[in-house]
Amino acid sequence: MKKPAIFAALFASTLSAPAFAAGDLFIYTWGEYTPPEMVEKFEKTYGVKVHIDTYDSMETMLAKLKSGAGGYDIIVPGHDTMTILIGEKLLEPINVSAMPNYQHVDEMWRDVFWDKGRVYSAPWAWGSTGLAVDRDIVKGDDTSLKILFEPDDAVKGKINMLRDVNDVINMALRYLGKPRCNDNPEDLKAVLDLLSTQKQFVKSYNSETKELLVSGEAAVSMSWNGYAMRARDERPSIEYIYPKEGYTGWMDNVAVPKGAPDLENAKLWINFVMDPENAAMITNYARYANGIKGSEAFVDKALAGAPELSPPENAPAPEFLTACTPAVTKLYDRVWTKLLR
Amino acid sequence: MSARPLALSSRIPPGLAHAGLLWPSLGVILVFMVAPIAIMLTYSFLVPGAYGGVEWTFSTAAYEQILFERDFLDDSLTFTPDYLIIVARSLAQATIATLLCLVISVPTAYYIATRSDRVKNIWLFLITIPYWVNLLIRTIALLFVLRDDGPINSALVDLGVIGQPLALSYNGFAISLGLIYSFLPFMVLPLYSAFERFDFRLLEAAYDLYASRRVAFFRIVLPVMRPGLIAGSLLVFIPSVGSYLAPDILGGGKTLMIGNLIGTQFQAARNWPFGAALSMILLTITLIVLVWLARRAAQQQQTN
Amino acid sequence: MPTARLRDLRVFPGFSLLSVGCVVFLYAPIVVLAIYSFNDGRSVTRWAGFSFRWYQTVFANQNIQAAAINSVVIAVIAATVATVFALGAAIATVNGKKGGGEGAYVVLTFPLMVPEIVTAVASLVFFVAVGISLGFATILIAHIVFCIPFAYLPIKARLESMDATLPSAAADLYASPAKAFLRITLPLLLPGLVSGWLLAFIISLDDFIITALVAGPGATTLPLHIYGMLRLGMTPEVNAISTLMLAASTVLVLISGLLGQAGRKH
Repeated sequence: MKKPAIFAALFASTLSAPAFAAGDLFIYTWGEYTPPEMVEKFEKTYGVKVHIDTYDSMETMLAKLKSGAGGYDIIVPGHDTMTILIGEKLLEPINVSAMPNYQHVDEMWRDVFWDKGRVYSAPWAWGSTGLAVDRDIVKGDDTSLKILFEPDDAVKGKINMLRDVNDVINMALRYLGKPRCNDNPEDLKAVLDLLSTQKQFVKSYNSETKELLVSGEAAVSMSWNGYAMRARDERPSIEYIYPKEGYTGWMDNVAVPKGAPDLENAKLWINFVMDPENAAMITNYARYANGIKGSEAFVDKALAGAPELSPPENAPAPEFLTACTPAVTKLYDRVWTKLLR
Repeated sequence: MSARPLALSSRIPPGLAHAGLLWPSLGVILVFMVAPIAIMLTYSFLVPGAYGGVEWTFSTAAYEQILFERDFLDDSLTFTPDYLIIVARSLAQATIATLLCLVISVPTAYYIATRSDRVKNIWLFLITIPYWVNLLIRTIALLFVLRDDGPINSALVDLGVIGQPLALSYNGFAISLGLIYSFLPFMVLPLYSAFERFDFRLLEAAYDLYASRRVAFFRIVLPVMRPGLIAGSLLVFIPSVGSYLAPDILGGGKTLMIGNLIGTQFQAARNWPFGAALSMILLTITLIVLVWLARRAAQQQQTN
Repeated sequence: MPTARLRDLRVFPGFSLLSVGCVVFLYAPIVVLAIYSFNDGRSVTRWAGFSFRWYQTVFANQNIQAAAINSVVIAVIAATVATVFALGAAIATVNGKKGGGEGAYVVLTFPLMVPEIVTAVASLVFFVAVGISLGFATILIAHIVFCIPFAYLPIKARLESMDATLPSAAADLYASPAKAFLRITLPLLLPGLVSGWLLAFIISLDDFIITALVAGPGATTLPLHIYGMLRLGMTPEVNAISTLMLAASTVLVLISGLLGQAGRKH
């Protein structure tokens, strides 16, 4: 069944200006996450034809890889998915740390716990999951999760929570001061109580936070920093808060699945994305921070100073959480079901 | 009603013709659907893998989980109504949506069927053109219309009809509306096509016999629409039960329906056997409804 | 006079109002969608002025165009194949044997009854187990399978409400079964066939989760593309592509209507 792809590539290659003599690269990533100019630059530099397919969630990508359905050269897993992929031996060990452009990777992203010594992946983009509030309604400069869990009257009924089991439960755990990846039944009962009490003030459990904030339906919302920035574009009173009780950080990484058909091209791409100028394209396009030193010079001025991309001095460090054990996942699922049944 | 099988050609024996007509569909479905589902059935008796997938150890834990849970604190098995509530809610929502669809579609299908030929086709395409827009987008668009500051509420508030916006979104009402919106043509089109050949002289005869409009409609028109009613009801009820977009987007994600629940098992919850078990239960329920309806249809055929 | 009376009798009060109301209900969200495709800002709820920028984005975006075309092509093929198969099945099961009929009915409506995610995962596992590599073919197969019940049920309903003595009458007049079928049954079935095809088409165009799991590299459909976009938030680009789809469908309908008119004139 590779035939249609090959014919398509051949046909396409006869149409486009440069001759793609060096083969193809099949990227499987989030939608609208790969800057077109980056793709163009890569295609011109190496003569490789790039194809991009998109998934809607890590789970879809994981299901496809686990099932053994191959064909992709590049994937962009989140850091917690990296742990799973490496554990299940679904990635090619390509020794990213030995590549020429590795010198540009910021120190804090080098020896990360989900890919020690950067054997499998390079940084793509990273962000945080904090709180977005409408300062017209939530006055003051409080940065506590109290805004979310013990809302003022003005906020009641205008709260939005992300539709993600882990994000919601983690927020609750932080507010209660309990550890993450929690398998203590007492703690989880407390979490369920907190969330159930909060539910009456919650408008929705929706990950499309930008629209809710912009339209004013939500005065307070759990939000990814990128969405909050986009919301602020449309509604300047939206402020992104880094909760003092803590918040989740995440990093998307570029990696190569095992059995990738175009391994050499994949390695070229990974090296390519670690170049500061190219990494800046990611930030300019997707509006998330990248992990490469020196890219600041090429990033749009407006983005460079954005509060959503650089936490203030007194904000706590983001928590990069690992995937929890299946037992914990089951307990979390139980809490979620009870909350939403 | 003749029960003689339609022969396509006098040279091909009817049995073979019959098989030739039927087996492409049956074959495709048996191979590409029933076989995969048999795999699912097997999965429902296995143990979940650490990060999705399954491990090949026999277990009935998945089915147990539907009714019982191990208590947080003392690990004893206690009855839990959680999943039953979700199933019941899904069935209720689907039934409401189907009934409302019926109420809207029967007059609409009748009306379209009684237009002139040219106008008929225009109506049909009018009804189906919106469905070229993806379901997710349509659902989000419906939400935008129903929102507190969407066009409906804004207009009503501006005109002074109401003081506060009506709560049309993020609740059960919105979900029902969403289900109807998702599946309306699935009721209208079969009703229309089943009804289009109705002989209106029957109606005239009824009126000649002094039947009122209501009696004429329910005793003459509706029975002829019956095959369409059944087809339409199935095509609306069954997808509604398993719907996951409407409760997610229009219900604000505040309640789970069985579609969401099963979906989660194959995604964040990483419990494929449980998802498979729930699906088998859902399948059984819909099979029962299906067979019941099919039997009733057959009975009607016989009495006609 | 009888015809005038007949026309009056066919009308039931309130039906026309309800039908119009129905159409208004169907189109209200679509109209809002179309309006916001011309939004100058990035929001789909806050109006910021009129602009064609999102259409420009769509026309510059090769990926989304390819995805849209793929979706339509797959939907057309799947709907057509499913309708042909369903037609055969409907004929065979409506006037066929009693006992096997019920079993066949269950199998034919089976794809309808299984939740999409289950079909999706099961099909993925199945294809890989059997060694069929993922690509356009697997998408087509999966689509044909779930389209069959959507085509089958309207055709069957139509067939059941037809006058079944017509084929017998044709046979009495010495028409061969094939001719009887082509000249009498098929044209009478046409509304059912069209209904079935339309429903199958819609359902194929919309499908996301099954396609997501059985698609291979390089095979993308519009829903896949749109769902992927939502990670970075919905922009009016989605509105623009949806409005374009609507425009395309309207144009196609107009063309087929005109062709139909021309055909009828002869």
